[in-house]
Amino acid sequence: MSNEAIVHGVHDAHDTHAHGDHHAHEHHEQHFFSKYIFSQDHKVIAKQFLITGIIWAIIGALMSVFFRLQLGFPDKTFPIMEKFLGEWAKGGKLDPEFYYALVTMHGTILVFFVLTAGLSGTFANLLIPLQIGARDMASPFMNMLSYWFFFVAGVIMFVSLFIQTGPASGGWTTYPPLSALKEASLGSGLGMDLWLVSMALFVVSSLLGGLNYVSTILNMRTKGMTMTRMPLTIWALFFTAVLGILSFPVLFSGFVLLIFDRSFGTSFYLSEIFIGGKALPNVGGSAILYQHLFWFLGHPEVYIIMLPGMGMASEILSTNSRKPIFGYFAMIISLVGITVLAFLVWAHHMFVTGMSPFLGSIFVLLTLLIAVPSAVKVFNWLTTIWRGNLRFTPAMMFALGFVSLFISGGLTGIFLGNSALDIHLHDTYFVVAHFHIVMGVSAFFGMFAGIYHWYPKMFGRFMNKPLAYIHFFITFIGAYLIFWPMHYEGVAGMPRRYYDYSAWESFKNFGTLNSFISVVVIVVFFGQLLFVFNFFASIWKGRKVTTMNPWGSTTLEWTTPINPGHGNWEGDIPEVHRWSYDYRDDGHGNDFIPQTTPLRPGEESH
Amino acid sequence: MSIFITVAIIFLVLMIVYQIAQASEYAASLRSTEKERQKKTNIVMAASLVVFFILGCYAIWQCHFSLMDRMLPQSASKQGEAYDMMFKVTLIVTGIVFFITHVLLFWFAFKYKATDDRKASYFFAHNNKLELIWTTVPAIVMAVLVAIGLRNWMTVTSPAPADAKVIEIVGKQFNWIVRYPGADNVLGKRNFRDINDATNVLGMDDKDPASKDDIVAQNGEMHLVVGKPVKLIIGSRDVIHDVGLPHFRLKMDAVPGITTTLWFTPAITSTEMKKISKNPNFVYEISCDQMCGKGHYSMRGTIIVETQAEYDAWIAKQAAYFAPPAAPAADSAAIAAPAVAVK
Repeated sequence: MSNEAIVHGVHDAHDTHAHGDHHAHEHHEQHFFSKYIFSQDHKVIAKQFLITGIIWAIIGALMSVFFRLQLGFPDKTFPIMEKFLGEWAKGGKLDPEFYYALVTMHGTILVFFVLTAGLSGTFANLLIPLQIGARDMASPFMNMLSYWFFFVAGVIMFVSLFIQTGPASGGWTTYPPLSALKEASLGSGLGMDLWLVSMALFVVSSLLGGLNYVSTILNMRTKGMTMTRMPLTIWALFFTAVLGILSFPVLFSGFVLLIFDRSFGTSFYLSEIFIGGKALPNVGGSAILYQHLFWFLGHPEVYIIMLPGMGMASEILSTNSRKPIFGYFAMIISLVGITVLAFLVWAHHMFVTGMSPFLGSIFVLLTLLIAVPSAVKVFNWLTTIWRGNLRFTPAMMFALGFVSLFISGGLTGIFLGNSALDIHLHDTYFVVAHFHIVMGVSAFFGMFAGIYHWYPKMFGRFMNKPLAYIHFFITFIGAYLIFWPMHYEGVAGMPRRYYDYSAWESFKNFGTLNSFISVVVIVVFFGQLLFVFNFFASIWKGRKVTTMNPWGSTTLEWTTPINPGHGNWEGDIPEVHRWSYDYRDDGHGNDFIPQTTPLRPGEESH
Repeated sequence: MSIFITVAIIFLVLMIVYQIAQASEYAASLRSTEKERQKKTNIVMAASLVVFFILGCYAIWQCHFSLMDRMLPQSASKQGEAYDMMFKVTLIVTGIVFFITHVLLFWFAFKYKATDDRKASYFFAHNNKLELIWTTVPAIVMAVLVAIGLRNWMTVTSPAPADAKVIEIVGKQFNWIVRYPGADNVLGKRNFRDINDATNVLGMDDKDPASKDDIVAQNGEMHLVVGKPVKLIIGSRDVIHDVGLPHFRLKMDAVPGITTTLWFTPAITSTEMKKISKNPNFVYEISCDQMCGKGHYSMRGTIIVETQAEYDAWIAKQAAYFAPPAAPAADSAAIAAPAVAVK
């Protein structure tokens, strides 16, 4: 569809004259439902994804507080937990069965609902049309469906929290046979069915969104916006979508086979099992097959979570350093490198499954290769701020924090990617520390940076700054205090996903450390509530944005009105004449040249 | 009810904090211009980041030395010694990179903060030589780490020596079952369809002559001889488990339907390790490292590494699983099942 057709509907599209006036008219009369609920405006859909993501993040974080209470103080009771969890925490003591359910839900919610849908759903929707100069997505209707599939997936997952046997409890990776057999755990009953249905709908949502993002970026760029003039956010979101489109279907196939094994008596993953007092008839399946299918998504998923943060950090570091991003092309090539390699490293999650050691060696090589493009990105970020003129806006703080956390978490990946070291560290707290820093907190920092930076574009107001800085320091310090010491527990072999360590001679000496970590978790949790409150209160009470371009940014989203309507630009979409990082003296006292400024005579394009 | 009061109080506190923060922001905007405020913020934030970095380095130092005495004692297997060496090398390499990049990050942040008297110095957007350097150097470093890693990986995953003692370990929800092959050093066949929790926990084939002298320990206790290579035959009865041997720096999944193996040479006896670790209660533990259900955290096995003489004395007291009723288990360590009626 053409840009005009998207906003005005197919009928109006034939009537192309004087669309400017027409435009301004139309959106005053929109019904509440079509404007805020079943909206096809990419900006509203972005906010829907973001707010849904925030709600899920609170639920997921609260779960981590509950299981951290158990881990930090295994011999104490917390009556408050009974208020929230009822029978599952009778007398304030968490039930082991539900501990595993909480761990599972925490992972599923944070990985999929918050850091996939909440992150790329928000920023791909918000930024792609605004930064490439399009009135909306290629298919606004599909875009709306994408949100509503996500919403229904969320409702089903939420319902599963309240059923009698509890939600799925086999870990977010839901390895069969544990997840396939009702006899194996309570959560493998109805809870697991709902988990699978919810996740299947989530895959649909993700594909509808991803296809839209790719086709919008490829087809709907405004005049002059060549691929190599696009901001790095768009490049990053583009590869995020490509990763999702190519890997989610594989996960889906894995789920379908699991559903068949669970309900229709097939043996894709089951073989030679004796459980619940009897031998099952299934033979010939392979439990490891599921792990291959799962991690074929599971690993690219890590980059689905990371890339949007990388793109936004690049953009925010450059804008607030008042300096072009260093090595624009190197940044794109490293994104390509990461995307390609992301598909070739999945089996590094499976070094100890008994797979062929030779195959393991290949995956070691490919895994450590991914450190090269990652290193290139880090050095380019560092050189971007080098000799810049740094403005420490809240977004900039989070972008700097992102770089720090990405380095810290990335480096520990070098340990885990090397099978000879992984053979001891696998499934210990070292892994927990590694992935929480690199794809948990670091991705969250990218997300926070993006929210603080583009909040003015979303709501026409600023978030409160003092609170933002407090939020930054609580989160930054807290994240390191929580996860840094966990590396030591992991090196000492302390396994993850344990309910209680006090019976273990080798691990019980970390008791005080576990209590310390749990206390920090509670502080950080309340720190996040500060952010949530700031976010919602500022929608109505925040300082109003008075200029179109509050950050002095070169990119197109800041050429739209302060509160853009559906269609983004009043009048024609601006034409682009230069690349997106022209931060330099424009000859009139400004230190940036917007993309819409024509090249001066004799000036060469980047 | 109290839950609503709690939530309401939290909400009120947040609202008050927000109002104070808003008020302070408005007050600041009355006192000074946007530009002045941004300059002040830049200085404060840049300095805070440097303080964060310095305190962070101190905290890392403190953390390291306060946790060192809680770490695992030296490796108890020959393979583990190479592991510890490789871990150290990787730690030094990544530690250097961590330190340098963080110094640059926080130093640049501090040095190039925006103040009135400076501007982003010049248009400097790319440099192919630099890109080439920081692509090649990490690539070379990675190649070295991969080389060390693959050498160790090949050793660890190489076929077990022919004289390795074979021991089977089978996981089930939620404990480990250990089987010794007996005098013939051959494990008898087993079939999951023959499993019976009362009489045949592993589904051993009682018609297979190799089964006759097999010894089964259901308490998850494994006896090994110091200095003698051992090959573990790993299996699972129900879901995926994982044989975690932190003191030997090893780990291998136990997958139903698939047999995995692992071999190593224990180098230090349990008694010696009690002295080395200065812990009289020290015991080698087998942890389940793959989530297997609600009892996952309690799926504990133990290993006793002893001298050949001690081992011989212990094994002599063990009865075969399919022993005749007249020979009950003499030692509590191996709970041999009561007599099995030969069908």
